[in-house]
Amino acid sequence: MEAFLAASIVAAMPLLFATLGELITEKSGSLNLGVEGMMLMGAVIGFITAFYTGNPGAALLGAFAAGAGGALIFAVITVTLRGNQVVTGLTLTIFGTGFSSFVGDPLIGQSVPQAVQAYFAARPIPGLGDIPFLGPVFFRQDVFVYLGYVLVVLVSIYLYKTRFGLNMRAVGENTAAADASGVNVDFQKYAHIVFGGGLCGLGGAYLALVFVPMWQADVVTGRGWIAVALVIFASWNPTKAFFGSFLFGALSILGLRLQSMGFQISQYLVDMFPYVATIVIVILSTHKNRKEDLPPADLSVPYFREER
Amino acid sequence: MKKIWIVAVAVILVIALAACGGNKGSAPSAPAPGPGGSPGNSAPAGGGGGPSTTQPLVVGFIYIGTINDGGYTQSQHQATMALQKALGDKVKCIWLENIDDTNSQAAQDAAKQLIDQGATVVIGTSFGFGDGLFQMAQSGNYNNIKFLHFSGSNINDTNFGNYFGAMEEPRYLSGIIAGMQTKSNKIGYVAAYPNTEVQIGINALALGAQSVNPNATVSVVYINSWYDPAQEKAAAEALLSQGCDVIAQHSDTPGPMLAAAAAGKLGIGYDLDNSQLDGLQDSYLTAPIWHQETYLIPAVTAMINGTWKPESYYGNMADGMVALAPLTKNVTPEAKAKVEQVEAQIKAGNFPIFKGPIYDNQGNEVVKDGQTLDRAAIWTTNYLVKGVTAAQ
Repeated sequence: MEAFLAASIVAAMPLLFATLGELITEKSGSLNLGVEGMMLMGAVIGFITAFYTGNPGAALLGAFAAGAGGALIFAVITVTLRGNQVVTGLTLTIFGTGFSSFVGDPLIGQSVPQAVQAYFAARPIPGLGDIPFLGPVFFRQDVFVYLGYVLVVLVSIYLYKTRFGLNMRAVGENTAAADASGVNVDFQKYAHIVFGGGLCGLGGAYLALVFVPMWQADVVTGRGWIAVALVIFASWNPTKAFFGSFLFGALSILGLRLQSMGFQISQYLVDMFPYVATIVIVILSTHKNRKEDLPPADLSVPYFREER
Repeated sequence: MKKIWIVAVAVILVIALAACGGNKGSAPSAPAPGPGGSPGNSAPAGGGGGPSTTQPLVVGFIYIGTINDGGYTQSQHQATMALQKALGDKVKCIWLENIDDTNSQAAQDAAKQLIDQGATVVIGTSFGFGDGLFQMAQSGNYNNIKFLHFSGSNINDTNFGNYFGAMEEPRYLSGIIAGMQTKSNKIGYVAAYPNTEVQIGINALALGAQSVNPNATVSVVYINSWYDPAQEKAAAEALLSQGCDVIAQHSDTPGPMLAAAAAGKLGIGYDLDNSQLDGLQDSYLTAPIWHQETYLIPAVTAMINGTWKPESYYGNMADGMVALAPLTKNVTPEAKAKVEQVEAQIKAGNFPIFKGPIYDNQGNEVVKDGQTLDRAAIWTTNYLVKGVTAAQ
């Protein structure tokens, strides 16, 4: 059980980073469906940086920059040019997939350097790692995972306890009101789209650097779409995003574990669980109609100051 | 200001298009075509009697993946390169990568593109390409094009043939190694889908393992995908957590082998000899692999000579179309000796893989004592043998 839950945390990490990234993007009022593409861009650039520099920090920076770069394309088209967000996001997914296949093509089958692999090996946290049950599950992981924990806390504080977070949420809920109260709308949107994209890039890099430390084309294989669903599942809340990612990560490997134990369960059925859960949550949250569970009111609405 | 942005976006899109375009098929830098355009009868370099042409035969391949995917398509492409090398300037191989094999239209579009590039032979290398290509062959509009299909059964009298190989033979041999080297008697098997081809492979490996170790069991995990590096690795991790100490696979990436290596256990790959990949040196045992050039070279030679007839070809270890990759240092001498002994019998043609009595994992006798399965019977397999646990 401990081993299963610890493996679930690992399976959850790409989802967690991408979900937090998309959550920040959506909170500021933009629906970026290019998560899959940005994850792949982060994965390939993170891998290439690790491969040529052997430096884990540089690899993380590279992955973040690549995801942010993809998101910047989205920001230019949707914020400055006011293009359709859905179409632009889908295009970004196609672009990111092609980009990562093309750029990573010569490196397929190459491994992440030993120095980087060693850096991302499991490192128990002294003290915490010895707690019964919780220790082995949460605190005997790699530094990338710990970065994910810290990020959940930081994003929560930022969103709900700081003026910056308040401004950003205002832009997402009512862009015109935020604009009238003196918030720089374009800056807010750009900053959060780009930062969110960077986090998506880190999510992809977790797969390419830590979980499958050998470059394979399209290593993300659909996890970006699960992240988009997870943002809804988590009702735009970072803490719920953490538990949602944990749950979805667990569900993604549950079928494999049950099969390996000899249970007669169809993988097709298990593959459906996360999506069924998302539909149920959407129905429940719509039914209850609690304000904090609803999407940002101005989500995916292009803002024209002149049209107020 | 706005114009600058539009120009910038346009530039980005152009780069994107160039990137996508660059990933699609490219011609090899191999031998330049013969002296095209010069009419008359300039003699071919090699000379000699018989029919000869100055133009190379253009052979177009349709691939499901990329030519360096570390698995299925890479092994296909090695055969293509071997064909090019063997026939030199008599043939020009061209190819298209990443073609969707789930709809006939994609296969037909790819074939037409290859034909536009001069191909008179079109080879589809994934099961899903078969029906689309067969429709083209039967339509009457492509009577001058010859079609070959890997892993299917379609055939006609004039221009459509198929080829495949008895992968169950090297699978059985790899099972012998797994059976002799497992300490827990639990062999893990990461598989894509529960289809006939996959089930034949599982059964062959299990029978091989049980031939040397009656207590050996095989646990199968299906991942519902041919290609998902992370999920393949996670599946192998699940098997390892249940005590499996040898991991075999029927999926397309080295993911399961990475999991076995990370756990300090043993791995049996597939498609391609990946024993040299970084990090696998101390865990990799061997892999059942393809050598499709053993069919392609004679078939294309016959096409050049005008003697080719459509056939339904089934290669085996004797003709070399399927093989067991060279055994690594991780294989024990005892296992190696046993494999060599059985391999010799298989190659001599007196060692049927599926020989009764065989029981399925529900306890039913599926092959009677003394009975053996031929190719047609093998390909009706819809059961898993005794000692195999899997979800259906």
